[in-house]
Amino acid sequence: METLMAYVIGILFAASIYMMLRRSIVKLVIGLIILSNAANLLIFVVSGLTRGSPPLIPDGAGEVTGVVADPLPQALILTAIVIAFSVLAFAVVLIRRAYEVVGTDDLDEMKDTDT
Amino acid sequence: MKLEVVLPILIPLTAGALSLALWRSVRLQRLLGVLATGLLLAAGIWLMRSTVEQGFLVVEMGSWPAPYSIVFVSDVLSAIMVLLTGIIGLAIAIYSLASTPTGHEKFGYYPLMHLLLAGVAGAFLTGDIFNLFVWFEVMLLASFALLTLGGERAQMEGAIKYVTLNLFSSALFLSAVGLLYGMVGTLNMADIAQKVNSLEDPGMITVVSLMFMISFGIKAAAFPLFFWLPASYHTPQVAVSALFAGLLTKVGVYALYRVFTLMFTQDIGYTHNILLWAAALTMLTGVLGAAAQFEFRRILSFHIVSQIGYMLLGLALLSPLALVGGVFYIMHHIIVKTNLFLVSGITYRLMGSYELKDLGGFYRQRPYLAILFLIPALSLAGIPPLSGFFAKFIVVRASLESSEYLIAAIALVVGLLTLYSMIKIWAEVFWKQVPDHVTDGGGLNSGLQPRHTLAYYAPVIGLATCTLIIGLYGQPIYSLAEMAAHQLMNPQLYIDAVLGGQAK
Repeated sequence: METLMAYVIGILFAASIYMMLRRSIVKLVIGLIILSNAANLLIFVVSGLTRGSPPLIPDGAGEVTGVVADPLPQALILTAIVIAFSVLAFAVVLIRRAYEVVGTDDLDEMKDTDT
Repeated sequence: MKLEVVLPILIPLTAGALSLALWRSVRLQRLLGVLATGLLLAAGIWLMRSTVEQGFLVVEMGSWPAPYSIVFVSDVLSAIMVLLTGIIGLAIAIYSLASTPTGHEKFGYYPLMHLLLAGVAGAFLTGDIFNLFVWFEVMLLASFALLTLGGERAQMEGAIKYVTLNLFSSALFLSAVGLLYGMVGTLNMADIAQKVNSLEDPGMITVVSLMFMISFGIKAAAFPLFFWLPASYHTPQVAVSALFAGLLTKVGVYALYRVFTLMFTQDIGYTHNILLWAAALTMLTGVLGAAAQFEFRRILSFHIVSQIGYMLLGLALLSPLALVGGVFYIMHHIIVKTNLFLVSGITYRLMGSYELKDLGGFYRQRPYLAILFLIPALSLAGIPPLSGFFAKFIVVRASLESSEYLIAAIALVVGLLTLYSMIKIWAEVFWKQVPDHVTDGGGLNSGLQPRHTLAYYAPVIGLATCTLIIGLYGQPIYSLAEMAAHQLMNPQLYIDAVLGGQAK
């Protein structure tokens, strides 16, 4: 399972870089969205996938028994998703506004501030 | 509970929330802006005093013992950075009273400014690698909004590059944190530092450390990852430019210092050698880029890049003296660079342009402003007895002691080219006559509105005084940098302070 997920993550990263390197700002933002998902998935998989054993302490016992899933990466992803959501919401508004002001969605036309 | 460790985060967060509540009253928001940044400065001084007394201050959130809770740690480096955040915050808040357009103030300039300061202070104080990511994002989101406030074409174009590269760097940071967690199973930086050395696969750690290096390198604008900075820093209104110039890239530098002295020191020959050459090329490309520019703020933006090189050089050499030099350089640079941007704001207000060809005649009309420009400008170039001289002197001497003669030579040449850029600004803006195509003397004759004069000049004078103090009264500052460097060179001190010395 981890091997399969590793390939999936790799493909996601590759796809996001490809999208970010294209000229349209819409595709740029799509690339950013895929990128944040790839990073989240990476955190999820990297500490190992444990199926069907939630980290719950059974009634009466003082600690968890047997192998359980690590809850921390999931907490991290939850935080990362919330942050990515707000940042990407900003990015979407930004490209809309940029399109209005500059009048194009072509990144090659946006070179005025470059040096 | 050691209150002084969390106060630098709580004060701006509370002030930001209050400013939001006072959305309709710009007057109260302005008052709160100055008040809260003043308090932040006071908290920074308090933090500095108790950190110097006790060495390390550690606060565990929720009183859970260290590796299980998020910790806030203040060592001398953190305290220095927080204190500088307070100084810059106060200067910008006062300057904003006069320089920020009313439209920006009505659309949340002050809440965003407080949020940015909270993010910066949080990044300096946290002792948890994932928490560092969160503070980075707080800071970034505030900076995105500040950068685009006003919504002009140049701002949009600059912002797209700024946002994309910073988001990319954040995703890389997050992936690196994930991989690191997969290997060591902890997020506490002290705990990671302890466990990294006992791993059987050091090659993997080096890979992850390079991911951190690239990610923080983008945020610090190091070569070859700096292109977003000169493309965006000259686009927003000047108080925002000055705030970014002083603090944002330095958070990236601070993160590099923290991570590459504490956690990733197992393969110094490889990682720090990369840093060394990145530092040298950062210095060179930055200063050469500046030489080709003829716009006040673009020149200064490229100089941020070149100065980052000196700070990285201090880290890359990783000798006690080099770290002293690096820390000293950070202190000097934050104050000087902010001040130069503030001066550019005054000249803009008087003559309505940042282009050197449209400016002129300031030495004749405003001799005091000319002196106020010369202090930070010459300090940036490293003229004794100003602060920049000692900063450069320590760094160059450290590279000579480490037998890196080529690097030392580059650092000296870059200093010379910096002087060239500063003289270019001096000759164009201050020395030459008012250009002929500027018909009305461009507002030079009428001057600033009287009620704005104090708010424009007070921060500039204050920061110039700081530069003079660091230069003329350098010994206490030097010993402070020495304490910070001592702690950075001995990561075991940090680990013991956070984990309470228990062996695991």
